[in-house]
Amino acid sequence: MITLEHVSKIFRSGGQTIRAVDDVSFEVAEGELCVLIGPSGSGKTTTMRMINRLESISEGTITINGRNVVDMNEVELRRSIGYVIQQGGLFPHFTVADNVAVVPRLLGWPKKKRRQRAEELLELVGLDPALHADRYPKQLSGGQQQRVGVARALAADAPIILMDEPFGAVDPITRKQLQRWLRQIQADVQKTIVFVTHDINEAFLLGDRIVLMNDGAIEQNGEPAELLREPASDFVREFIGDEFALQALEHTRISELAKPKRAAVTDDAVVIPGTLTIPEASVEVAHADGAGGEGFWVANEAGEPEGYVTYHDLAAALGEGIVSDSSVNGQTDAERKEEPDDAVHHR
Amino acid sequence: MQYIIDNPDIVWTRTLEHLQLVAGAILLAALVGVPLGILISRVRWLELPVLNLSGVLYTVPSLAFFAILIPYTGLGRTTATTALAVYSLLAIVRNTAVGMDEVPAATVDAARGMGMTGFQLLWQVQLPLALPYIFAGLRIATVAAIGIATIAAVVGAGGLGRLIFDGIRRLDSNVVIAGAIMSILLALLADLLFSRLALLLRPDLRASAERG
Repeated sequence: MITLEHVSKIFRSGGQTIRAVDDVSFEVAEGELCVLIGPSGSGKTTTMRMINRLESISEGTITINGRNVVDMNEVELRRSIGYVIQQGGLFPHFTVADNVAVVPRLLGWPKKKRRQRAEELLELVGLDPALHADRYPKQLSGGQQQRVGVARALAADAPIILMDEPFGAVDPITRKQLQRWLRQIQADVQKTIVFVTHDINEAFLLGDRIVLMNDGAIEQNGEPAELLREPASDFVREFIGDEFALQALEHTRISELAKPKRAAVTDDAVVIPGTLTIPEASVEVAHADGAGGEGFWVANEAGEPEGYVTYHDLAAALGEGIVSDSSVNGQTDAERKEEPDDAVHHR
Repeated sequence: MQYIIDNPDIVWTRTLEHLQLVAGAILLAALVGVPLGILISRVRWLELPVLNLSGVLYTVPSLAFFAILIPYTGLGRTTATTALAVYSLLAIVRNTAVGMDEVPAATVDAARGMGMTGFQLLWQVQLPLALPYIFAGLRIATVAAIGIATIAAVVGAGGLGRLIFDGIRRLDSNVVIAGAIMSILLALLADLLFSRLALLLRPDLRASAERG
């Protein structure tokens, strides 16, 4: 478990004091994927980089399983935490296998064991070792490089992984594939992950928990559905609404998400018009007064509540950036995780 | 050409002398220049003074440089080596610094984030990635030094310059041409050697960028 308590990062330049991270406290439970999201300059990356001390901690404490990171040896701390950055940060002069085995080598594993571990992990991330182990990163596609980056973070079996916009540099289709793929991998390996992104879809798709930051401080910390159901501030409403408004969901009506529900519509239930697009609906719901419950009702053209949308389904749709058939058919999110890996292998 | 065929022993001896002279000077320049290049890539304010100084030294006429050094290092190979090393410094320092700067920040960040020590980062990541630049600097410096080293004969350092100066004195152009040919051959060989060596140390540069 990672615990941040009143953590601040203060930069001083020319007599000016800038609080890049200002009194941030949150916890990441074991096996949880926690997304740090916010506009650029919100302090999300700096916050993450203080966990493995790539940035010094100006104020407050960060502990990992109760141990203060400042008391640990910097180099040992980092070797015990997986680290993935944009484009994987692969070493161009190392083969793929050597890239995967960087930390095992630093830890002094024998050569044979390193090779074995590298091949094992390449298989785990869906790359054929016979084909790829001895290639160089530039001989791989962007998506494959990202997978190698993830494999590298898993190599020494670190329980914690920090990911800094790992899929930021690939095209949208590959990114979506990588995101779904990571969700599957995570279901297998159950690492404690801190994931920095500015992509709200990615946050909703991957996050067990979302920490939304602005101006160095936390605006809201909660599960994806919680951010939709009970946004803590106007900033949260606007951030989520604005970000989603720009996407394909704009052309999808909320009524397409609705399912029949055999329950009485209570007086305090939230009812919104079915003609709203999904982003509009998420803003509308965020502003609505009413007992939260599991979700909200969608009204037909006559204004009568006709179908029901759970916050969970809304969050899932926002995460995918599209309304997938499965969510319309009433499959749960967990069921969808079982889908076969549809990732395309670039050749 | 005839001179080379008729006097293989003398030509071989002079060529070896020349090679030793240049190799010693480049080695010395690399031992000073590479660390200096690393230093100025890290301590930014040192960059301008160091590059300016080696730039100024580079412009000193070689004949004058040899003459200036004689009172300190005497006649012979020490003087020649020192002067050649100083001339080689600029290319080596500058290229090392450029090579270090060209290492992507993300790669350095990844290396640190995975727990490399400062030395491991330098030795396993930064130097190998800067290597093509460093070797380009060594190549330029070596090729130039092979040419300049012919002048070193005037301070009694031997080498192919001896053939050239002897030829001039004896008005025998055959000898001059022999010295020149060997000097050119050496330069071409050095050029080839360094590009081959770079590829040997960085096999990834040879690998085709074609995606498999």
